[in-house]
Amino acid sequence: MLLVILEHENGQLVEAAREALTFGRVLAEKMGEDLEAALIGRDDDDLVEAAGQYGAETVHTATHDLLTDYGPDAYGSVIAQMVESLDPDAVLSCGSDRGNEFMANAAARLDAPFVANCTDANPGDTWEMTRVQWGGSLLEDATLTADVPLLTCGLHAVAAEIGDEEDADAEEFDVDLDESVTITMVKDRVVQEAGVTLPTAPVVVGGGRGVGSEDGFGQLEELAALLGGRVGCSRAVTNLGWRPHADQVGQTGTRIAPEIYIASGISGAIQHWVGAMASKHILAINTDKEANMVTKADWAVIGDLHEVIPAIIAEVQSRKG
Amino acid sequence: MKILCCVKRVPAPGAKINVTADGQDVDAAHLGFTTSPHEECAVEGAVQLIEEHGGEVTVLTLGTGDAEEQLRYAVSVGATHGVLVEADTNQWDPQRTAQAITAAIRELEGDEPFDLIMFGNESADAGGFQVGIRTAMALGRPIVQGIKGVEISDDTITARREIDGGFEVYELPRPAVLGIKEGLNLPRYPTMKGRLASKKVELNSITASAAEGGQARVKLHRPEETVSETVILGTGAEAAAAVVDVLDELGVL
Repeated sequence: MLLVILEHENGQLVEAAREALTFGRVLAEKMGEDLEAALIGRDDDDLVEAAGQYGAETVHTATHDLLTDYGPDAYGSVIAQMVESLDPDAVLSCGSDRGNEFMANAAARLDAPFVANCTDANPGDTWEMTRVQWGGSLLEDATLTADVPLLTCGLHAVAAEIGDEEDADAEEFDVDLDESVTITMVKDRVVQEAGVTLPTAPVVVGGGRGVGSEDGFGQLEELAALLGGRVGCSRAVTNLGWRPHADQVGQTGTRIAPEIYIASGISGAIQHWVGAMASKHILAINTDKEANMVTKADWAVIGDLHEVIPAIIAEVQSRKG
Repeated sequence: MKILCCVKRVPAPGAKINVTADGQDVDAAHLGFTTSPHEECAVEGAVQLIEEHGGEVTVLTLGTGDAEEQLRYAVSVGATHGVLVEADTNQWDPQRTAQAITAAIRELEGDEPFDLIMFGNESADAGGFQVGIRTAMALGRPIVQGIKGVEISDDTITARREIDGGFEVYELPRPAVLGIKEGLNLPRYPTMKGRLASKKVELNSITASAAEGGQARVKLHRPEETVSETVILGTGAEAAAAVVDVLDELGVL
């Protein structure tokens, strides 16, 4: 059996968990094993049902008085107990911040190897994996020798796809926890902005060094607001202090996957590209038609972004009436 | 206060990363080397904490002798000591790396633990997402990852982790371990005084030994290039109508 650990937030499976189930469906078939899933801290019917839509036959639910919120030790401890008593042939989760954290925590408890951010996995006596290095600029072929392979699939390595719909059975998992797991639990949450955020925005308007100044981002903000999107930026821009780090798209920032990424004044260094490459479409605005970002884009406008963006804003406004 | 930062020496790539002919490493023939970005912020964060609270920052790296460059750089921006955990390469598997670093920390600490140990959330190159976690757990200390804000009081370390649209707060007892992300701060540049200190500092060296883990490299390769036929919509402001046609077609207007 392949066990997929599901990440959830606000009573919903996160997109990365849906990706992991999709990746897991293919992997379980290669293994010739059933696909099962695990929910930690919740046992809601609609979460179980959602996992079933992606092909999970059974969903193991672990609830406990101490599982009041997310914490790497709480999750790691539950996963380690599931490995010991459910005897899965492999355990998979998503390569999100949390997914990699709790899988590494479980691996440390089990003194077992853990392979992060796989784009492909082939079972065998020795597993053969392909995994992300340099945020996706390079791939590594690696072998994994383990009693129970533990792995995550890279963020956006596959697109989430419903399939082989199963009427998943929920099975309660008896978990044994002590107070120590609460030490690393979330103590408080601060919401700074409601509504559309960079990782989920359908439109991202990105700016690089070519924007020229902190104030220069005003036009990008205006366009993003008109399109219900968000402003992103390159690492050069956060290093210059023009934008907060939370706006950075790239290997050390946010991975975006919008319907369209409008990259303006961005040359497309590899560190930025790996954060933007999951965008469904890219439109580049740049004075240099040889810029990396232009050659990798679906569409490009050659010119000064401070002329092009106001013209786009005017055109959008006139069409919207 | 005693703080330890564990850092990794990595190539500094520009527009493209090439691989050596045998596929075992990044071809760094024409590249400089740097400290992995998350860890550069960890060092800056540690230096700011001792500037506020007093104390010492030790920087540790596992790798070949070349990695002394990154230890000396850390001293040039305010770290106090540097420790090289000598290994035959910078590319040990994550279990082996964590085991060697754990042993080195035990040797450095004796019976006086570091109040705080900081790792990068993941290394810029291998990105295994686990060396800090394995080390912390072997030492029996709590660790949380993805940290972009740190405050220390007498017995508590308060850490902030960025999430979609806000942040989470964690409160850990001392001693603890944090996986730091870039964005914690903007690292400073070395001063002349710092540069001099970095030349003079005596680096400590520890010989690493640890057993291989279950993950082994076969080869590195570049992903298939996304070949895109870029459609040029126009030049300058005149292209605006064509751009908005595209936005309309995608249904994002």
